[in-house]
Amino acid sequence: MARAIPTSRRLAFTALAWIIGLLIFFPIAWIILTSFKTEAVAIADPPVFVNFEWTLENYCLVGLFPEADAQGNGGWLRGLMCDPDTPQRSDYTRFLMNSIVIALGSTLLGLLIAVPAAWSMAFVPGKGTKNILLWMLSTKMLPAVGVLYPIRLILIELNMLDSKGSMIFILTMINLPIIIWMLYTYFREIPVEILEAARMDGAGLKEEILYVLTPMAVPGIASTVLLNIILAWNEAFWTLTLTTVDAAPLSAFIASYSSPEGLFYAKLSAASAMAIAPILIMGWFSQKQLVRGLTFGAVK
Amino acid sequence: MSLKTVLGATTALAICAAATTAFADGHATTITIATVNNGDMIRMQGLTEVFNETHPDIIVEWVTLEENVLRQNVTTDIAQGGGQYDVITIGTYEVPIWGANNWLTSLDDLPESYNIDDLLPAIRGGLTVDGTLYASPFYGESSMVMYRTDLMDAAGLEMPDAPSWDFIREAAIAMTDRENDIYGICLRGKPGWGENVAFITATSNSFGARWFDEDWTPQFDSDEWSNTLNFYIDLLNEAGPPGAANNGFNENLALFQQGSCGMWIDATVAASFVTNPNDSEVADRVGFALAPDNGLGRRANWLWAWSLAIPASSDAPEAAMAFINWATGPGYVEIVAEREGWANVPPGTRSSLYENQAYLDAAPFAQMTLDSILSADPTNPTVDPVPYTGVQFVAIPEFAGLATEIGQVFSSALAGLMTAEEALAAAQALAVEEMDAAGY
Amino acid sequence: MATQHSRSAARTMMAPAVFLLLVWMLVPLILTLWFSVMDYRPLRGTFECCEGLGNYIRFASSSSFQDAIVTTLIMVGGILLITVTGGILLALLLDQPIWGQGIVRILVIAPFFVMPTVAALVWKNMFMNPVNGLLAHLWEFFGAEPISWLTQVPLFSIIIIVSWIWLPFATLILLTAIQSLDSEQMEAAEMDGASPIARFFYIVLPHLSRAITVVILIQTIFLLSIFAEIFVTTGGGFGTRTLTYLVYQRVIESQNVGLGSAGGIFAVILANIVAIFLMRMVGKNLDK
Repeated sequence: MARAIPTSRRLAFTALAWIIGLLIFFPIAWIILTSFKTEAVAIADPPVFVNFEWTLENYCLVGLFPEADAQGNGGWLRGLMCDPDTPQRSDYTRFLMNSIVIALGSTLLGLLIAVPAAWSMAFVPGKGTKNILLWMLSTKMLPAVGVLYPIRLILIELNMLDSKGSMIFILTMINLPIIIWMLYTYFREIPVEILEAARMDGAGLKEEILYVLTPMAVPGIASTVLLNIILAWNEAFWTLTLTTVDAAPLSAFIASYSSPEGLFYAKLSAASAMAIAPILIMGWFSQKQLVRGLTFGAVK
Repeated sequence: MSLKTVLGATTALAICAAATTAFADGHATTITIATVNNGDMIRMQGLTEVFNETHPDIIVEWVTLEENVLRQNVTTDIAQGGGQYDVITIGTYEVPIWGANNWLTSLDDLPESYNIDDLLPAIRGGLTVDGTLYASPFYGESSMVMYRTDLMDAAGLEMPDAPSWDFIREAAIAMTDRENDIYGICLRGKPGWGENVAFITATSNSFGARWFDEDWTPQFDSDEWSNTLNFYIDLLNEAGPPGAANNGFNENLALFQQGSCGMWIDATVAASFVTNPNDSEVADRVGFALAPDNGLGRRANWLWAWSLAIPASSDAPEAAMAFINWATGPGYVEIVAEREGWANVPPGTRSSLYENQAYLDAAPFAQMTLDSILSADPTNPTVDPVPYTGVQFVAIPEFAGLATEIGQVFSSALAGLMTAEEALAAAQALAVEEMDAAGY
Repeated sequence: MATQHSRSAARTMMAPAVFLLLVWMLVPLILTLWFSVMDYRPLRGTFECCEGLGNYIRFASSSSFQDAIVTTLIMVGGILLITVTGGILLALLLDQPIWGQGIVRILVIAPFFVMPTVAALVWKNMFMNPVNGLLAHLWEFFGAEPISWLTQVPLFSIIIIVSWIWLPFATLILLTAIQSLDSEQMEAAEMDGASPIARFFYIVLPHLSRAITVVILIQTIFLLSIFAEIFVTTGGGFGTRTLTYLVYQRVIESQNVGLGSAGGIFAVILANIVAIFLMRMVGKNLDK
């Protein structure tokens, strides 16, 4: 668009967009600000925004800086940042690791299953393809609470409760329809002529996928990966009901800080900030990639 | 972020995770303890090292969760025999039911040093089924009135040791100063069987109401219930904080600690939080009194004990028993007292604590707590006879689900979404339906 | 172009996905169907055949069932309305030439990365609390009586919280769609003297129809099973009990698995009715 826009109009739009953007973002900013307050400041009336005494106390308390182990290794950051009397309540790193393993694991497994399926649906569509796709999407509507009981019983039988493997599998299955759908719509936009040309040149199925298709599909796959990581990271029903220790991710970490006794806004904010920060940062850095493929075929 | 990076990162992480798992020692026993994120339990978690000094071969894994999530997970796990936990934190409502189902391990084998006869009889009775102890109390509580002495003085009133509901109402209205965010009375309004239903049921006992008559017929259509609910709603409307219908124990605690409540009728265990100068802005201005009554011979106080139990599905019952013996035995209070002061020890489980002068000196609320606990009688909670035990609950499996729904109805009435009469009619219908279906 | 060879290869490649999803759907569904005709109450130690349709009749005849369906539809509908309208407006705004567009976009999409539990906890405690919440302070600042959000307007409050999470998603998809709009067409319309409103209704909106459909479809799938936001804020009280939440109460809180499973089957049926509508809508669009 090479139209000249009057500066005044541009200014007005800019101001409006910034105001709305900041309003939408404000709750997150407020979490972050509150996490550096003491509990008393957190409920101050009238509320204070930046002019308070900033403290790391809450982060020390909820365990951002790991303690030294029995051999005295590590923990120097904690020693630097925290009052030694601040009791540490939880092992943030373990929850974080579990979140990472589960989110990435389910994303990889999901891709492994979804890419071939989406490929074949997009490039070799049969009569039933559309129905299969819609059916897949409909499995996503199975209400989790309704099937929690049987699934938990099955996991007990398999001795798979509280295991990262079962969480990876379950989250894969939950997000699989969305991944397939997203990849399918993306693949469909790749012109078939290119494939045909490759085939003329004698490329086999394997070469076709590996050397022709994949490079073209990378933006779509990247954005699928990102969306799936976000969805898996934020999942809080299955992860809370099927894990205890070994596989408990950040959703369980949050559940130990929601509504404890006494004043808790600052502690809750610190825990919240730590639970959302990794995904928020990842999201910001990769938002271009995320947006590029996140069309679900909406753009023609 | 390229695919390659993602792949690489995942592989690295997987190796990391595998390495950590391999690190765990094969000789030690690991026990998983599920507990509520209440202050006393968090303190217990913090003292794990002390436990390990005497039990180096037991690795303790903590699952500390918010009460509702914890209850949901523990109940489902034990009902399915999932075996996820070795020690669970449950209350006097669950223990009789789960014990009778043989879902809990008997604690009769606790060593001599546990001194079982030291437990307060009312608390011990609530955790015993057919003569077998199935859970060991970690802290016990009744409920009482906590009030601001300065606001009471300013209102020109004096709190008796055993107030009546009429006095509470009068005082609440006199203390309210909405302009300055001071509300005469804070009470539980948040829906849930352990939240507003606990409070309202205990209150209803003092109004002469009951959940069921001796034939298990629900009684919400009685005049006594109508009086109870109307009084409760009017009181909170006149002198309660805004949004009272969404305030539970924790919300009210926060309000009281920041000085917004004139009076608060709730768990005795809160006394140590509201008098703790680190957390409470009003620590030096709090008085205590027994829960109110209406002259009918029952006060509005309940009885509850957060207790530790071992699920029958645990694979490390000996280690679990050792932990319970440590955390609920007579020595635990000494450990806490030494580190955090006597006022912070878990109260309400052992008579010896109330004979300990150091504790009595440090805890001005001790006597009132003991009197409240001793005056609650779970086997005979109401004015008219009932077929059930439990002061603020009915010890049948159907209660939790039913009471939560009834709690939602009561909450809606408090929020003004329906009248008290409509709420009671709805509660009656829910109870009749549930009891019919359950085969009473 | 599809040869016999590539067809069979395609089938093989699709097989794992179809098989796994089939297992994932059928096994729990069959078990749930089985439980739903049993008297299954673990707390009583009861697991007895056969209730027949008893659980279904009991679940459907309780007044909470109808309320739950109405609540579900209002909640999903309300969130869709807010996110789609808001999304269109925001997308139009972000499509304008503004300074710092990249940063504004980052600000706008941020809520989508926030865990629903965290969002609900923070909104409930730090914003909607009638004494300490920021909104209460704001109301007081303007001399108004603070609203007790979660008890006075509980359903609306939850709709706001969930909309906050999903608005970025709608905005992103709609923004991409708007950006693909042919600018010559717009300019031509402008030359012809079409007002901005007319241009919006005759050019932009039709162009967006496909994107809107997609947003509605994907969001509905997620919104029908909203759980954490309700669990954290109202616990299903004050008329915010959706069908999903009602099933949760029956299965987990009451531990009446038979009854709850029957409710679960109703939820599946409701989801499929909604799905059929949506699929029709999208299916047409897919053929384009």
